[in-house]
Amino acid sequence: MSWVDLGPLSALPERGARCVRVGEVAIAVFRTSTGEVFALRDQCPHRGGPLSQGIVHGTRVTCPLHDWVIDLKTGRATGVDEGSTATYTVRVVEGRIALELPAETLAKAS
Amino acid sequence: MSMQPKGRRKLVLVGNGMAGMRAIEELLRLVPELYDITVFGSEPHGNYNRILLSPVLAAEKTVADIMLNTREWYAENGITLHAGDEVVRIDRVRRRVVARSGLEVPYDRLILATGSNPIVLPLPGKDLPGVVSYRDIADVDRMVAASREFKHAVVIGGGLLGLEAAYGLQKRGMNVTVVHLVATLMERQLDASAGALLKRSLEERGLKFVMPAQTAAILGEDRVRGVKFADGTEVPADLVVMAVGIRPNAALAKASGIACERGVLVNDTMQTYDPRIYAVGECVQHRGACYGLVAPLFEQAKVVANHLAEFGIGRYAGSQTSTKLKVTGIDLFSAGDFGGGAGTEELVFKDAARGVYKKIVVQGNKIKGAVLYGDTVDGAWYFQLMRDGTAISDFRENVLFGQAHIGDSGTAGADAVTLLADTAEICGCNGVCKGDIVKAITKKSLFTLDEVRAHTKASSSCGSCTGLVEQLLANTLGGDYSEAPAKKPMCPCTIYTHEEVRAAIVREKLKSIPTVMQFLEWKTPDGCHKCRPGLNFYLLCAWPGEYQDDKQSRFINERAHGNIQRDGTYSVVPRMWGGVTSAKELRAIADVAEKYAVPTVKVTGGQRIDLLGVKKEDLPNVWRDLSAAGFVSGHAYGKALRTVKTCVGKEWCRFGTQDSTGLGIKMERVTWGSWHPHKVKLAVSGCPRNCAEATIKDLGVVCVDSGYELHVGGNGGIKIRATDFLCKVATEEEVIEYCCAYLQLYREEARYLERTAPWIERVGLSHVRERVVDDAKGRKALYERFLESQKYSQTDPWAERAAGVQAEEFTPLRAQSRPELVS
Repeated sequence: MSWVDLGPLSALPERGARCVRVGEVAIAVFRTSTGEVFALRDQCPHRGGPLSQGIVHGTRVTCPLHDWVIDLKTGRATGVDEGSTATYTVRVVEGRIALELPAETLAKAS
Repeated sequence: MSMQPKGRRKLVLVGNGMAGMRAIEELLRLVPELYDITVFGSEPHGNYNRILLSPVLAAEKTVADIMLNTREWYAENGITLHAGDEVVRIDRVRRRVVARSGLEVPYDRLILATGSNPIVLPLPGKDLPGVVSYRDIADVDRMVAASREFKHAVVIGGGLLGLEAAYGLQKRGMNVTVVHLVATLMERQLDASAGALLKRSLEERGLKFVMPAQTAAILGEDRVRGVKFADGTEVPADLVVMAVGIRPNAALAKASGIACERGVLVNDTMQTYDPRIYAVGECVQHRGACYGLVAPLFEQAKVVANHLAEFGIGRYAGSQTSTKLKVTGIDLFSAGDFGGGAGTEELVFKDAARGVYKKIVVQGNKIKGAVLYGDTVDGAWYFQLMRDGTAISDFRENVLFGQAHIGDSGTAGADAVTLLADTAEICGCNGVCKGDIVKAITKKSLFTLDEVRAHTKASSSCGSCTGLVEQLLANTLGGDYSEAPAKKPMCPCTIYTHEEVRAAIVREKLKSIPTVMQFLEWKTPDGCHKCRPGLNFYLLCAWPGEYQDDKQSRFINERAHGNIQRDGTYSVVPRMWGGVTSAKELRAIADVAEKYAVPTVKVTGGQRIDLLGVKKEDLPNVWRDLSAAGFVSGHAYGKALRTVKTCVGKEWCRFGTQDSTGLGIKMERVTWGSWHPHKVKLAVSGCPRNCAEATIKDLGVVCVDSGYELHVGGNGGIKIRATDFLCKVATEEEVIEYCCAYLQLYREEARYLERTAPWIERVGLSHVRERVVDDAKGRKALYERFLESQKYSQTDPWAERAAGVQAEEFTPLRAQSRPELVS
């Protein structure tokens, strides 16, 4: 595992998200209204919609394609929908966003 | 005494039926850890769906099929169940319940859900073996046993329950006679005409009726052998089922000194006179009313659960009920007061050969009640009109023919949902078949439309199959289904309706989403994907120029100013005023398409060109190039003014009466950029041949020789709806003024995501006419408010973004290795 820097926290809108591409993998990085930061594979478990484009509310995001609501903490669909997307560890260090990636993801990217 | 860990509060439920257990389930969902729960039930079963006893009697289902909560469920949820042990006493001073077995259980809070008892007529012979009532599994067992041994059954009572019992017994091979006191079957749900149709169909199916007839005695020595009537005649009977009604079972409450009348008296939080004791379900009397249908009981259960969870926000304000039921394959619906009487009028449709009867009772231009027989597809619609108090004058001539005849073509003629195969698709948007829905309803014990939507997605997108899904619910649940929410909140984050929220925004001068949420005590910290976009629009509409648009509360299409496609790319539709373009513009579009390798270029229904498959990162560059050629955003992605479609008009067309193209361009110049509750499409046709299809637009202008006809509320989408004629005006200036005033009224009054067509059906064309046509001063004011709002909305969002505004929206984050953080 290793860490990558995604820039300053201010680059992420509150109650919003941005996408980062690492090789073939698109990862959505979210920032909630309380300042928490989460990262998920940018792919809804339903039909692969880009979660980074959804509306963020509480610690959830609503997929823009068909309104599935995904829990940012677990990557799991909420309510009666079933499915989940991968989660990544992300933290804020000295005001900058740090994302932890599996080594093979990084290797593929470079 | 049961062993209970200390600390948690003790909750006891008396009555293991649908209402009480629904309250427990709601409570567990809200606060799973707050109470230790003990449940007493007089029947030796888990909780089962009493509504489905009739299919069990008719051998269409088994007892296992209708179980809602099995004994294992209680164990898994840590609930102590005493099934088959009845509570006989409540010691309110020491706060304990005492069961027949002698068991005593202490409580901090108690729920009474003792249900109701069947009424037993005080007839001679009522206690003979072979005389049963129809209330629980034991009764069904007795009837099934009798059907195996005996031939003749008499059912006393021609109401819903009696007819279902008669049908079941007949299916079990018995010879069944129904005895009814009055001349109309199900007289509480049906009028005489519908009752007669029902009787005829049931007779065709082999049931016999003796009515009106008063039973004088039940005959027999060791076992029932017949029934004798007041007129002296007799019919033979080996089994007599008394199904003459139910009354609330308030015996335990009465004996414990809790105030009761017909039922246990409760307040709006479902508390009895002893505030530690709640009551819910059929045993309850609330504001003078007792309910026996499942929907009101579930509403009550929700309030009890909320209060026990100490949320304190739920209040029960009573229910309007409708019955939509299935008796032996016959569709019936009734709601409200259909008896008529002074000051009411009746609209009646009767086709005896087809077995269809519809009656709507109208008072003061509003629906007071309805009875439908044979064709019930519009039941939900009539019920909605009744509950909302909608004035029906605008479509009165068609109201009996159903919603299909005032615009909804979505479900027309599809009333025979029972006849559809399991593989028949009900919801075309989400590809949900009848079989999927029925399975979800039975397997997951769903009772409401919202639950079916959540589990299956059926009718959750465009909603045009809502009527079908409601019918499936009614049919699958076996008859006693109705849904009657008193008012519909904007979304689950709030208890307030769209109208209440909008009124508060204006009245309290609330000017941001957080202040709205704070003032109206939103239940979630920052709303959800349903309420936030709505609030953003309401604020934008109320405070033009002042409200700071909240980008994060806009759906991605409006945030990125393009339509997201299924693969995550976007589409770009430049504005072409009135659908008119030029060689120079087309060349610029062609250049953009080549430069950015746009995979698909397509002409839209609104006379524009759509560039499909543009990558999000490319959007600002595409826009820059288009801006340079003079294009602005076409807003094809927004709940906004989309297009003004035109025909060529008198400049070229030999039939044209006015300059429809020129007028369309003027209208689009005034209205572009405006945000609305939903998308808005306009059109101008140069003559009544109507080549611009103006009569299926939100507002369509049809030019005639003497001026301009204005038509409103059309829709060519999910539900085809032709426009209603609003008025005729003489000049182009008037067209612009009326058009803007109408759009402003729609912006100010419609609910978010409500198109003009359903809005006009809801508020009535007369209302729009009064505000836009009759009231000249009001029209001017609306027009001016629209223009004021437009001052702030006609900045081209594409040019802004091409110049670098919100650049982060269109650029991905970049990852750089950070080895010093290796963990």
